[in-house]
Amino acid sequence: MASTTPLDLPPAPPAPRGRPGSTGRAGDKIFIGLSRGSGILLLVVMASIAVFLSYRAVLAISKDEGNFLTTLDWNPAGDPPVFGIAVLLFGTVVSSVIAMVIAVPVAIGIALFISHYAPRKLAAPLGYVIDLLAAVPSIVYGIWGALVLVPYLEGLNLWLDQFFGWTYVFEKTEVGIPRSLFTVGILLAIMILPIVTSVSREVFLQVPKMNEEAALALGATRWEVIRLSVLPFGRSGIISASMLGLGRALGETMAVATVLSPSFIISLHVLDPGGGTFAQNIAAGFGEADEFGRDALIASGLVLFVLTLLVNGAARLIIARRKEYSGANA
Amino acid sequence: MAKRIDVGGLTAYYGSHKAIEDISMTVEPRSVTAFIGPSGCGKSTFLRTLNRMHEVTPGGRVEGKVLLDDEDLYGSGVDPVTVRRTVGMVFQRPNPFPTMSIFDNVAAGLRLNGSYRKNQLADIVEKSLRGANLWNEVKDRLNKPGSGLSGGQQQRLCIARAIAVEPDVLLMDEPCSALDPISTLAIEDLIGELKERFTIVIVTHNMQQAARVSDRTAFFNLAAVGKPGRLVEIDETERIFSNPSVQATEDYISGRFG
Repeated sequence: MASTTPLDLPPAPPAPRGRPGSTGRAGDKIFIGLSRGSGILLLVVMASIAVFLSYRAVLAISKDEGNFLTTLDWNPAGDPPVFGIAVLLFGTVVSSVIAMVIAVPVAIGIALFISHYAPRKLAAPLGYVIDLLAAVPSIVYGIWGALVLVPYLEGLNLWLDQFFGWTYVFEKTEVGIPRSLFTVGILLAIMILPIVTSVSREVFLQVPKMNEEAALALGATRWEVIRLSVLPFGRSGIISASMLGLGRALGETMAVATVLSPSFIISLHVLDPGGGTFAQNIAAGFGEADEFGRDALIASGLVLFVLTLLVNGAARLIIARRKEYSGANA
Repeated sequence: MAKRIDVGGLTAYYGSHKAIEDISMTVEPRSVTAFIGPSGCGKSTFLRTLNRMHEVTPGGRVEGKVLLDDEDLYGSGVDPVTVRRTVGMVFQRPNPFPTMSIFDNVAAGLRLNGSYRKNQLADIVEKSLRGANLWNEVKDRLNKPGSGLSGGQQQRLCIARAIAVEPDVLLMDEPCSALDPISTLAIEDLIGELKERFTIVIVTHNMQQAARVSDRTAFFNLAAVGKPGRLVEIDETERIFSNPSVQATEDYISGRFG
């Protein structure tokens, strides 16, 4: 190609060193130093945390006389020390799943109402209220949950037991105050509702007008516009929003610790009191634990960290798998 | 199936702003009518009143009558959703559903209507894609996303989607303005074929295009700056471009303004 070019082009200038646009002025150098420094600092901090946690965790796990993954007990102070994360893993996953099942559909519904159904005068205040919910500290949710939600849920639990007890999951075998994983799940659902709602709402508002008009011009009703244009476009956004919510649910501490009456049992009877979560167990035990006990708790925290990482990775995979069909339209 | 459009005294607003005023015209079935005029003269707004898309814009409202073979689109009890199922529209920028395959894009309108038999669907999709002169280019990748096509192909996909539901009227809002000359030519040829079956109204900024594809041409203009747009004249395309009856039309066509 180049040899047949009729124009007599000057030789290309030597490739500039470094990034294009970097002029070597003092301001540029300072800014580059600052931004590069911050980037490196972040990596260093993350790496140190990981090394520290892993080190302490390995110290603890190596002295665990039980099986760290399967033991249904948490007694690092005992002789011999026996502790395992099975109950915590189960409780964390179950309560978070309950929270997601309840919160995500409701949040999508609220977000769609704000973005596509509500009259403008109502949509803006409603958005503010939802955002405000996100700012309430979790201990407040916890106290509210323990004092208000728990008594109210007794009726719901009896109803679930009566009509859905045959599913085993909703069978109630213990009478009493429902300080159960189910209650925790409902409370977590309320807590993650705002973040899932506001992220979804933002995504729904960004659906290009021409995508919606494509559906409208075909004679789509409002719901059909949402089904044809809004939801497909918002799909990856909904997943991201849910993951943000799930992250909060997995790691929620104070609200869970306030509501749950913990015990080291694994039971699919989600209406019965008992069970535990990683964060709740750490919060409950960290204060009075000795150094070895703390190491054991740190080990459980590391598992939570890995769990969160896996969940996020899975979400990314889901988003990437459908990239060809992504909402971006060239 | 092509129907006649009769517009009487139509005025459209955006909130309190009057965008077009008192427009009346008749569009014959199986013909192509082109709307030309300077930017902001309301020709797109007028086009969007013909399938009740104007009122989708917040504050958009309309006074006057649009008769489709004697049926008033703005009559009380007329559902805009039903109107849009009989008056199809193609937009300025190709807007296939990005998450749908080529097949599903074409089938989308049919599935909304529910007015087809399952075993017909593939036939209708093929017929529509052939009708849009796209079949040969996409027949081997019907399950690939529509957003992977070139701009011109996407626009023809949108035309296939619009004609798949056999509308009475096909509205086109500057359908070639985002396309290269070759794709534009393909669309123009297509318009010539489609007018055998549909009533076509096309907004265009390109006067050669209006001259090439249309049977009749309507010239829109603003009465004055800040005033609403109005219809200056509508006539046989040949007459508009050779011997218009209004001086403003001649000035616009000969490039003296706009």
